[in-house]
Amino acid sequence: MAVRQNQANLTAAQKRAFTDAVLELKRSGRYDDFVTTHNAFIMSDVDNGERVGHRSPSFLPWHRRFLLEFEQALQSVDSSVMLPYWDWTRDRTASASLWGADFLGGDGRASDAQVTTGPFAFNSGRWAVNVRVDSRNYLRRQLGGGGRPLPTRAEVDSVLAMPVYDMAPWNSQSNGFRNHLEGWRGVNLHNRVHVWVGGQMGTGVSPNDPVFWLHHCFIDKLWADWQRLHPTSPYLPAAGTPDVVDLRDTMKPWNDITPADLLDHTSRYTYA
Amino acid sequence: MSELTRRSVLRGAVTGVAAAAFTGVALGLPVALAARGTGNDTGNDIDNTAGSVPHTGPEAFDETYRGRRIHGAPRAAGGHHHGGPGYAVFVDGKELHVMQNADSSWISVVNHYETFATPRAAARAAVLELQGAALVPVAV
Ligand SMILES: [Cu+2]
Ligand SMILES: [Cu+2]
Repeated sequence: MAVRQNQANLTAAQKRAFTDAVLELKRSGRYDDFVTTHNAFIMSDVDNGERVGHRSPSFLPWHRRFLLEFEQALQSVDSSVMLPYWDWTRDRTASASLWGADFLGGDGRASDAQVTTGPFAFNSGRWAVNVRVDSRNYLRRQLGGGGRPLPTRAEVDSVLAMPVYDMAPWNSQSNGFRNHLEGWRGVNLHNRVHVWVGGQMGTGVSPNDPVFWLHHCFIDKLWADWQRLHPTSPYLPAAGTPDVVDLRDTMKPWNDITPADLLDHTSRYTYA
Repeated sequence: MSELTRRSVLRGAVTGVAAAAFTGVALGLPVALAARGTGNDTGNDIDNTAGSVPHTGPEAFDETYRGRRIHGAPRAAGGHHHGGPGYAVFVDGKELHVMQNADSSWISVVNHYETFATPRAAARAAVLELQGAALVPVAV
């Protein structure tokens, strides 16, 4: 059975298999397609118009589908690879093994935030940032540079306790679980982690940093955890909502999958 | 730039934002609007300052900030682009994609996961993040 693991528990061989597969997607050009797709939605998802990937109820199913597509791409390179997740409530410092040279590489250097260790360092010759918003073509990080620490387990639990999935106006101002998890409101979980990593992770082209996938894998797991805590709380909205993906509306850019199709992840993978 | 410097610079920017909010009150904007927080909390004071910006949009600005020219202004009529705001921001003449949130706060493509009270604050934050680099149109 396909199991997504906590990255802290991966063996050296599993870490290597993951980063090798990521590097192969980069080499073939497929990786950058994911960055481009993500940025297109980041720029077009708006609070007062159509919104699919972000600041809307479909934030969670959209990223679930996006991660599945990426995971399948990894598996086309190496069928043994599954996405790992980063539990940032536990691995909360720049010295965590996540940032080791044998996995994602470390913090950016002081002068220009350039990552200089690990497989995604620009000097390795295999990781140029091509889809970018500014002239710098190297991976950057400023771990903790935003000044605010990563979310705590207590903060996560306070959001998981919210019984209603989402509420009108179904955007960045909404009350409810989805928006508190996404982070436009309240304690701020998902957005804050992007800011904590810094560099490309804080921008519209955040998937340039491979930690994007491990962060969103944990967000996906938290959605599954919330479902287990609130088995009678449905995805909302159900139907007839302008500009927003209802339960049985298809989602761009795939146009063949709905939130309803993605509510139960267990046929595709489970979390350890 | 050291982190300490970056953060103290951001705090410096906050002072300006707070002053702008105060000015909003003085100009007779509804107090509730001028004093309203963004409802967001990203741990950066610059983000959480009262949304002094009415939905009609903020005024133009043009300044040099840490050696970069930043300016912003309402777009010409009909200038909405992909549903975004009718307001454009530039750093050294290159457009910085910005977007207004429902609570009237702003984000930019350079700082996309934290909110700012005004487009000027978003532009200043982008200057710090760019560390001298030029904005480029996103390759698609
Ligand atoms: Cu996203
Ligand atoms: Cu994200």
